[in-house]
Amino acid sequence: MDVLWDAVVEAFRLLLSGDGETWEIIGRSLRISLTATALALVLGLPISAALAFGRFPGRRFALALVNTGMGVPPVVAGLVIIVLLWRSGPLGALGLLYTQTAMVIAQTAIALPLVAGFSTAALQQVDPDFRLQMQALGAGRLRSLWTVAVEARLPLLAAGMAGFGAVISEVGAALMVGGNIAGQTRVLTTAAVLEASKGAFALALALGVILLVIAFAVNLVLTAVQQHGRA
Amino acid sequence: MHYRLRQLLATALLAIAIAGCGDDGGESVILATTTSTQDSGLLDELIPAFERDSGFRVKTIAVGSGEAIELGARGEADVVLAHSPAAEEELIAAGKAGERRTVMHNDFVIVGPAADPAKVHDADPADALARIADAKAPFVSRGDESGTHTFELALWDDAGREPGGGWYQESGQGMGATLQIANDKGAYTISDRGTFLATESARDLEVAVEGGAELLNVYHVIDIAADAGERVNADGGKALADWLVSPAAQDVIETFGVEEFGEPLFVPDAAKTDEQIRAAG
Repeated sequence: MDVLWDAVVEAFRLLLSGDGETWEIIGRSLRISLTATALALVLGLPISAALAFGRFPGRRFALALVNTGMGVPPVVAGLVIIVLLWRSGPLGALGLLYTQTAMVIAQTAIALPLVAGFSTAALQQVDPDFRLQMQALGAGRLRSLWTVAVEARLPLLAAGMAGFGAVISEVGAALMVGGNIAGQTRVLTTAAVLEASKGAFALALALGVILLVIAFAVNLVLTAVQQHGRA
Repeated sequence: MHYRLRQLLATALLAIAIAGCGDDGGESVILATTTSTQDSGLLDELIPAFERDSGFRVKTIAVGSGEAIELGARGEADVVLAHSPAAEEELIAAGKAGERRTVMHNDFVIVGPAADPAKVHDADPADALARIADAKAPFVSRGDESGTHTFELALWDDAGREPGGGWYQESGQGMGATLQIANDKGAYTISDRGTFLATESARDLEVAVEGGAELLNVYHVIDIAADAGERVNADGGKALADWLVSPAAQDVIETFGVEEFGEPLFVPDAAKTDEQIRAAG
């Protein structure tokens, strides 16, 4: 139990004393995971619009694929990405392995099914008559889609939060494609794994506490946006 | 909608560009090495010094010796620092590597609970393992094909015992975590001395067996040949290998750990053969 308390104290000491390395790692974690979440939203929203409203053969099959993707373990996603990025792999010429860009790619792949799956559910839950009414009033397809998205903004933001929560906290893919290189690809989760493997459990837990504090801060902002204008 | 989508895309691309910016600066060399060199903190001293001297940027991937050598064989790393002699020799025999040179050594120790339930204190290493097996005293193995694990398996062979059963557990984790588990379970394990000294959370364990040529743990550096795979940075790998056996690096190794632990964690051995180290040990 002492370890838990030590960890909380150590976490706040690291945060408040402005420890350079800790803040660098926090900044890197946020930059990588927010970029991946943003990319997943950009790619996932059109996919979810197509899945929610499209009428094409194989739609149910595609939806089942996306829903399965929501459960893919990060370490499996990481393995697939690393094989693609290997020097001997199909994308080896890009030299992306063990870079932050590689981590963004892996985390985007992890967040994408979550964002697309939850967004599809969010869009489908809007009354179908609403979109038909919009179109009857002369709105174009994109215009009416946009209005539906605005109507479903609460669950859509929740989809974004789910994606962000998944990637900021995952370690399997980050460790594999990033390599946990000090000053380059070390993020909060991989640093915690390293400290635990050294047997420095209090410091590892402190990094975990910091991760929770940071994730809480980001979600507080997103929730404020989401609940904006609601009592 | 179109405009907003474009805006969103532009923002995302900008963000990825910013994220990518962290990767610039110097041609990079990929070093695949064992967890013990990283967990002990030695690489944190050596690598920045090499980067200053050479202008290369090193990407250190700390994995078990088995994986490190496999990465080298595939040409996914430019240089390998490992302590798993048999696997290293296979790599050389496969023609994937340049030179294999001695960098340093420390030694393995068999550690266990102070009560010493299997009565192994001061026994020969192989005899100690035989006694542990006969007493069915708990033993935690790395179980991860690391250099330490490979060494442990060879020692079981010498002991003439087949480890297995409820008393023999595989952690599948690094040395520090394995020591912690052994500590909590009151079990025996085999560790390199450096990591044992550096692991604060294994203080209930004591060294039961140490010393002698049998327990020597020698680290070699192997630069990977350009034809091991596509895009191998053979020059960078050789530069790091050359540097590790140079006086600059050997001096760092000689003094590393003295301040913190009162004794050096590694002994520099550049230009010595394994036989010379054994004879001196």
